Amino acid sequence: MSRSNLPAHGEPWPKNDLTRVPYSVYLDEEIFAAENDLIFRGPTWNYLGLECEVRDPGDFVTTFVGTIPVVLNRASDGSLHAFVNRCAHRGAMVVRESRGHCDSHTCIYHQWTYDHEGRLIGAPYRKGIKGNGGFPGDFRLADHALEKLRVESYAGVVFGTFHEEMEPLVDYMEKPVRDRFDALCGRPYRVTGYQRQIVEGNWKLYFENVKDCYHGSLLHMFNSNFGFFRSTQRGTSAMTKGGLHSILTTYGKTDEELGDTFKDIATHKPKFTLEETGVIDVVREHSDGMVTTILTLFPTFVLAQIGNHLGFRHVRPKGRDRFELVWINFEYEDDDEFHREVRRKQGNLLGPSGYLSMEDAEALEIANKAVTGDFGNGYAFIEMGGRGSDDQDHLVTEAPIRGFWRGYCDMMGIPFDD
Amino acid sequence: MSESVRPGPQEPSDTAGDGAVERKIERMFYLYGKCLDDDRLEDWPSFFIESGRYVIHPRDNLEAGLEGYWIYCDHRRMIRDRVLSLREANIYNIHYARHLISNVLVIGRDGDVHDVRANYVVLQTDNEGVTHNFSAGEYRAKVVFEDGEPKFAENIVVPDTYLVKALIAIPL
Repeated sequence: MSRSNLPAHGEPWPKNDLTRVPYSVYLDEEIFAAENDLIFRGPTWNYLGLECEVRDPGDFVTTFVGTIPVVLNRASDGSLHAFVNRCAHRGAMVVRESRGHCDSHTCIYHQWTYDHEGRLIGAPYRKGIKGNGGFPGDFRLADHALEKLRVESYAGVVFGTFHEEMEPLVDYMEKPVRDRFDALCGRPYRVTGYQRQIVEGNWKLYFENVKDCYHGSLLHMFNSNFGFFRSTQRGTSAMTKGGLHSILTTYGKTDEELGDTFKDIATHKPKFTLEETGVIDVVREHSDGMVTTILTLFPTFVLAQIGNHLGFRHVRPKGRDRFELVWINFEYEDDDEFHREVRRKQGNLLGPSGYLSMEDAEALEIANKAVTGDFGNGYAFIEMGGRGSDDQDHLVTEAPIRGFWRGYCDMMGIPFDD
Repeated sequence: MSESVRPGPQEPSDTAGDGAVERKIERMFYLYGKCLDDDRLEDWPSFFIESGRYVIHPRDNLEAGLEGYWIYCDHRRMIRDRVLSLREANIYNIHYARHLISNVLVIGRDGDVHDVRANYVVLQTDNEGVTHNFSAGEYRAKVVFEDGEPKFAENIVVPDTYLVKALIAIPL
């Protein structure tokens, strides 16, 4: 593949069955810039925060949509608002704290002051001092509001969009996604903590990773060595919105149902036993028997239930070759101490030092390193489970990754080739 | 437990215990760091009593009144499990770790339990020979003496560095 053969330069995607991913799509500056306009400012709903993080009027949190700094806050009437965290005067970040509470937001640079809806309510010396200075006579506060996002929430999770004609959030999610939100976030919940990692690599590498059923029991050997999950367990992969979103699920250990199908698989029996089995013993909470759910909502949001551990994940690009991963863990408000302790112990499974997750950062960083070194030459090969992106009733597949690229190419206007 | 240590919770360092006790505790921190730097993970649990807790509690969460633990081991069995998993299951960045531990202070004593603070910096040198500041923070420890040797009844690691560079495998 020559360097001119970049999707950013109008060249088509290598194969229309989505089984090849040109490495340049992770590296090219033009693509990264186009993603800002076509995805993050495009027809997507982007994770902003949780209603429980901004419970009271005046509460705020800061976040990013793509690389755009954004503030989510609650106004005195209880309504939620989000705006770009960039002063309408000289472009400084108006809000510097990651979270807090305030009556209004004042930029430190020249003390321009905004209300919770992002409207400018004060700009010092605008009429001058003793006849000197001041803004021209046609200056109007109303002309200098912060750029607003449209905000909607579902099950307490708040999303925003820059796209004026954006469909309602509930339609963007589609029913299978809403069902998982209802199941996991349908009871009042609260944040138990945040975990943050910075990974050298393109943000899409992580989003593929959370759609990648193939690697689960191979890269994360804790699964098979300690008997938490095997590829032979019952699982499903489903997609919505033409592949943009995905839901991977596994169910409890069902050796009886599986019969002899997998009896010769080498990883069938765990090799090691934990002294504290509470880390992997799942307390049954869901009548459907689901043990794990990893739900991705394009472009950067993850809702995951791993055993009894509950969390959201937010991918924040920090340039074409770095991203931050924020884990937002939660518990139910009516959890008793037993369930809180179960979730606390299973917290060892996830996050930057998680038994089931620490490998991901390493895998993505070595992918980034190898791909960067050759200026994006070459392709990834993704044909596990076939060539299409249909739903499958097993997890021996890369179909959700292919679905992701289908949706991505559609949104980016990258044509398919035969 | 040394009989010569005078009781008195929350005493400043110079009156919390005698010098010999403080020197033993300080030396234990150095041995703890060296154990991890030498990749003798199997010895790491022996720095704790059987009911000893090891928790990494990043400072942003701590100050926000949240748990958000990176690692939560509420007794030594879970500490041994962490070693077993690192050895037999987990894959992580190839690197050397280097713990620099300083400012070891016994800030108080409650019965047999010494309340100790220490600063740490952990450097990581990657497989291209480049050294990175990986983590800076504080140990907030409860130390007791078992058979005359200081051991952690609790070691709460509080990293200031709440953004993890890639991942955490080797304990802080």
